[in-house]
Amino acid sequence: MSIELIIGILNIVLISTTPLVFAGIGELVTEKSGVLNLGLEGLMLVGAVTGFITLVITGNYFYSLFLSIISGVILSGIFAFLVLNLMTNQIATGLALTIFGIGLSAMLGKKFGGTPINGLNPYYFIVISFLLVFFVAYFLSKTKTGLIVRAVGENHNSAYALGYNVIKTRYLTIIFGGVMSSLAGYYISICYAPMWQEGMTAGRGWIALALVVFATWKPWRLLVGAYIFGGVAIMQMNLQAIGVKLPGQFFNMMPYLATIIVLVFISSNKLRLKLSAPSSLNIPFEKNQ
Amino acid sequence: MLRKILTILSFLAVISVSAVHADQKKIGFIYIGPPGDHGWTYMHDQGRIYMENALGDSISTTYIENVPENADAVRAIRKLAASGHDLIFTTSFNYMDQTLEVAKEFPDVKFEHATGFKRMDNVSTYSARFYEGRTIIGHIAGKMTKTNTIGYIVSFPIPEVIRGINAFYLAASKVNPDVKIKIIWNYSWYDPGKEADAANTLINQGADIIVQHTDSYAPCQAAEKAGVLAFGQASNQEAFCPNSHMTSIEDIWGPYYAAKAQAVVDGTWSSEDTWHGFKDGMVEMSPYNTKLLPLNLILEAKNMETAIENGTLHPFEGPIYNQAGELVVKEGEVADDGMLASMMFYVQGIDGEVPQ
Repeated sequence: MSIELIIGILNIVLISTTPLVFAGIGELVTEKSGVLNLGLEGLMLVGAVTGFITLVITGNYFYSLFLSIISGVILSGIFAFLVLNLMTNQIATGLALTIFGIGLSAMLGKKFGGTPINGLNPYYFIVISFLLVFFVAYFLSKTKTGLIVRAVGENHNSAYALGYNVIKTRYLTIIFGGVMSSLAGYYISICYAPMWQEGMTAGRGWIALALVVFATWKPWRLLVGAYIFGGVAIMQMNLQAIGVKLPGQFFNMMPYLATIIVLVFISSNKLRLKLSAPSSLNIPFEKNQ
Repeated sequence: MLRKILTILSFLAVISVSAVHADQKKIGFIYIGPPGDHGWTYMHDQGRIYMENALGDSISTTYIENVPENADAVRAIRKLAASGHDLIFTTSFNYMDQTLEVAKEFPDVKFEHATGFKRMDNVSTYSARFYEGRTIIGHIAGKMTKTNTIGYIVSFPIPEVIRGINAFYLAASKVNPDVKIKIIWNYSWYDPGKEADAANTLINQGADIIVQHTDSYAPCQAAEKAGVLAFGQASNQEAFCPNSHMTSIEDIWGPYYAAKAQAVVDGTWSSEDTWHGFKDGMVEMSPYNTKLLPLNLILEAKNMETAIENGTLHPFEGPIYNQAGELVVKEGEVADDGMLASMMFYVQGIDGEVPQ
């Protein structure tokens, strides 16, 4: 293998893995505070279409990025209101958010499918994604606010008794997660495959969700996991192109399979489960308990 | 579960066009994707619009989009049949058994199933000979490649796709015996990101021409960005990659749809199997890119189109050998439709194996 070939492969791996890092690190923070948001796919699609439409209309990358982020704030804000204030079931609400996002993005983008645009250089986002993982890892382990987020996620009643505002903390982490998903979507429709087509995220939101579990809720492991998923996908393409016979379907399900194996591994031992998953994950918080 | 909810939602979004006259025939369509995919479903929808314009007030049309290829399709097809449609087009291969199931319940409704092979008194099948177009682009690719390496992105190992690869390779290797094709199976019809990854991987491995049998225009865009050449898929994709797009193979359904609708209006519809190509205008080549292709090559391509139309050239002319070196089509003969319809082997010269 020549150096150029290897650099080329690394380049493709970087470009294709970045949306997983964005969506995954956002969801990791949300889940660390004890909220499971299954709406990533919907958030990504709406972020992708909002950015795309704004870019087509204004021709301005800054506006398109800004509105894409705003779409994430609004949608995840609605999700937060439903699950935190109205205490709806997080799983059902998250699924509803995905379905809503798929439909809404298709409706918004109807007139814009097939409009050619000039894509943005992906390298800005790749650099930001690495910085983001560093920032989140530092935030969760080394800062006081990060500790509060984790406390809220581990035991919201104790955190509340200590005087922390559980609802406010969760609002912020949900919105952070939503914005990261929007950025992932924005990256897909503006940098990765510069176009808008219905359902173009093609299940990456679900892979990002699996990734958080695969990483056992640890930021650096999430980065490594994302690059394992992305790297394996690109390597199998390279092997196919060389002429090696591979079971392609197997590689499509690999992220989910790997996640199930990790789940089985961490669930086999109560202590291990406790050390990995936030204890209050998916449990609604009632103030007057 | 998600797909189910989506299907139910899409039922609600059934779009009916124009008011119903007493003698107006209602014609329904089942789509696998959205009409905005700029690929397969887009071209079927263009066919529907062509039919509406051609027949005017004597028909009205309805479509249901994003119908999954499972039991949900039965409900979608039955809904159209039960709501008084006279003719229903089901536009994907895996609606086959579902179409027959509903057709048995509604013997007075006519059905047209795309790319399938099971027929009944009220079920016709139709498909296009896309491989004729693959022969043209194979010829062009063989002459245009400088690295003698062509990247080919494919969806699923089904006869239609494998037939396309073979037709392409036979034509390419005829004009350039040194040509090699590198194949990546994506196992999805539609995932723009993955299609772009596959294109970039192939380009990175030395391919200077990208061919696709998937539905988005991401591969063509990736080729444009990397400065290599490409062919589009299903519809004219030149707008997305003006400096790399040489031509596309287009699916033209309109005239067929109009003819079948007219037959229903006239009461002359009967069950039949249609497999049309260049000759009947069901497959067309997009305008050849004069900026990229030399004039004599464009002329050669056009002559090949004519030769295929009038039968002097066949994409699968013998002698053709399979990878094991066995003669599958004898010299002086051409592959018959039965062999083409069930083609699950690579011809000699293609590296790798057909996935099982």
